[in-house]
Amino acid sequence: MAFAAFATTEAQPQVTRRKSPIALFLLLPGILYLVLFFLTPLISLILTSLQAPSEFGDIGVYDYAFNWQNYVTVIQDYWPHILRSFGYALLATVFALLFSYPIAYFIGVKARRRPLLQSLLLVLVIAPFFISFLLRTLAWKQILSDESLIITSLKAIGLLGPDAYFAGTPFAVVFGLTYNFIPFMTLPLYTTLERLDTRYLEAGSDLYANSFTVFRKVTIPLSMPGIVAGTLLTFIPAAGDYVNASRDFLGGPDTQMMGNVIEANFLVLLNYPAAAALSIILMAAILVLVGVYVKRSGTEDLL
Amino acid sequence: MSGEVQAAAVLGGLTESEELEDRRGPQRPRRRRIGLGDWLLPVYVTLAFIFLLIPIAYTFVFSFNDSLKSNIAWRGFTFDKWLNVCNVEGGAVCEAFGNSIVIGLVSTVVATTLGTMIAIALVRYRFRARSSISLLLFLPMATPEVVLGAGLAAQFLAVGVPKDMLTIILAHTMFCISFVVVTVKARVASLDPALEEAGRDLYGSPRQVFWRVTFPLLTPGIMAAALLSFALSFDDFIITNFNSGSVTTFPKYIYISASRGIPAEANVIASAVFIVALAIVVIAQVSRAARAKRLAAEMG
Repeated sequence: MAFAAFATTEAQPQVTRRKSPIALFLLLPGILYLVLFFLTPLISLILTSLQAPSEFGDIGVYDYAFNWQNYVTVIQDYWPHILRSFGYALLATVFALLFSYPIAYFIGVKARRRPLLQSLLLVLVIAPFFISFLLRTLAWKQILSDESLIITSLKAIGLLGPDAYFAGTPFAVVFGLTYNFIPFMTLPLYTTLERLDTRYLEAGSDLYANSFTVFRKVTIPLSMPGIVAGTLLTFIPAAGDYVNASRDFLGGPDTQMMGNVIEANFLVLLNYPAAAALSIILMAAILVLVGVYVKRSGTEDLL
Repeated sequence: MSGEVQAAAVLGGLTESEELEDRRGPQRPRRRRIGLGDWLLPVYVTLAFIFLLIPIAYTFVFSFNDSLKSNIAWRGFTFDKWLNVCNVEGGAVCEAFGNSIVIGLVSTVVATTLGTMIAIALVRYRFRARSSISLLLFLPMATPEVVLGAGLAAQFLAVGVPKDMLTIILAHTMFCISFVVVTVKARVASLDPALEEAGRDLYGSPRQVFWRVTFPLLTPGIMAAALLSFALSFDDFIITNFNSGSVTTFPKYIYISASRGIPAEANVIASAVFIVALAIVVIAQVSRAARAKRLAAEMG
């Protein structure tokens, strides 16, 4: 929960912080590193996004310019991919939240009196992290392939039409995104629910609220920081992902996301300005969305 | 990605959450009501965990498949792939795996050193531009990997640096630093300043106090951060793909071979890594439980 971790810096009552030249010595190498390999790359990404093709150059040779039309071009060419990225990421985030909340509630609240069960279940939530992200995704592709047991038996009992297929559909991509980012949702939810003071829930039911009302009016608002952190941690990587949507994994020609076109433009077509412009659009859109979302959900101290 | 901070912190069993217990209220027995949660929730959670573990089981089972080139249909059980991991495709899988290990180790050492230094400075010292520095540390975690990857690649291109092992290491170190800072910072903040004061009262020089008192107390946090860095680096594909040139890492190998079929040997390596990682976590958990028990016994 990186978000919360950064928020607590200022809030905690601190040991008196000293002013000392040692601070500079401690900070300088790391900060310099980030300036060099995080900040300057973002700037060179902006510069690249404005480049124009070199007049006498080969494919993949560009000159610095102020060619802002690059942005117009990529939006015209790739607006379906842009919409798809955010649509898929949004769906995956909602599904992951619905899927994870009961698990996090169970581990954080119901299993409290059994620390062994609690840690065992947490290990199981994390377990998918220990196996390669790409292999997990491929495993689903093969488990749900046309000839697989699951699909053929679903077809046999008529739940799926004879021509139905899974891999290559938008459903498959959203499924993959959801599956892969579930731990990112479950963990922050667990962290807030684990700290939930159950006396509030009892107070709710003492005031004659039924369990659904208690859940809606007490549990959910109290777990809001976890919900916000979890949705951000799921949404951001999901919007930029291109493995799930890739044709060799769960995607098809009609499911390509922004990540896929950034990759194709950068590594295959060598159209660096287009890839850079798309990256800047993705980053800007995410920063705006995150800002608005955090403001509206009333957890500004999170950032 | 940041969910993994907790993966390391909670599960590594290496950082304790001290302030937790008293905030949740006493566990007094409640009147029993047979509610929805009593059976529906456990059933749901069981099914959900089965769902989460299916791909892992699949990967593991298919590491024993007596497959030919691609590992899709089940052709019978064999130990062969485990015994001859490096024999396929002239050892391409193992070479990729070795690269991943080297890259993971180097970036972990560099990122953990730089990140730990920043974490100590953030908690202990006053300095200007604190909020800008916090933002600079936060942003890499909020940036989609594809943007980080493309940005670095654009920069290497602009400066004319050829992509190889070094560019991958530079990239991995970059995205690991912030995660190290978050993990170690929590540990520094929870240190009892009285312990260091005691060191100074006993005429320890600042250097002695740091290496004899502070650093040993920080070790669990630093270890958790290092494990996390290694895990992040080892499993990274997106940023690697943009900055690797012709160098192949284990995830990149899988991505490239996906179109023609992954050999079972890749499943073997992934399964072995899974088992080792799980063992580390379980050992850390058990030793933490044992330590807590011993501590409780000593306190009487």
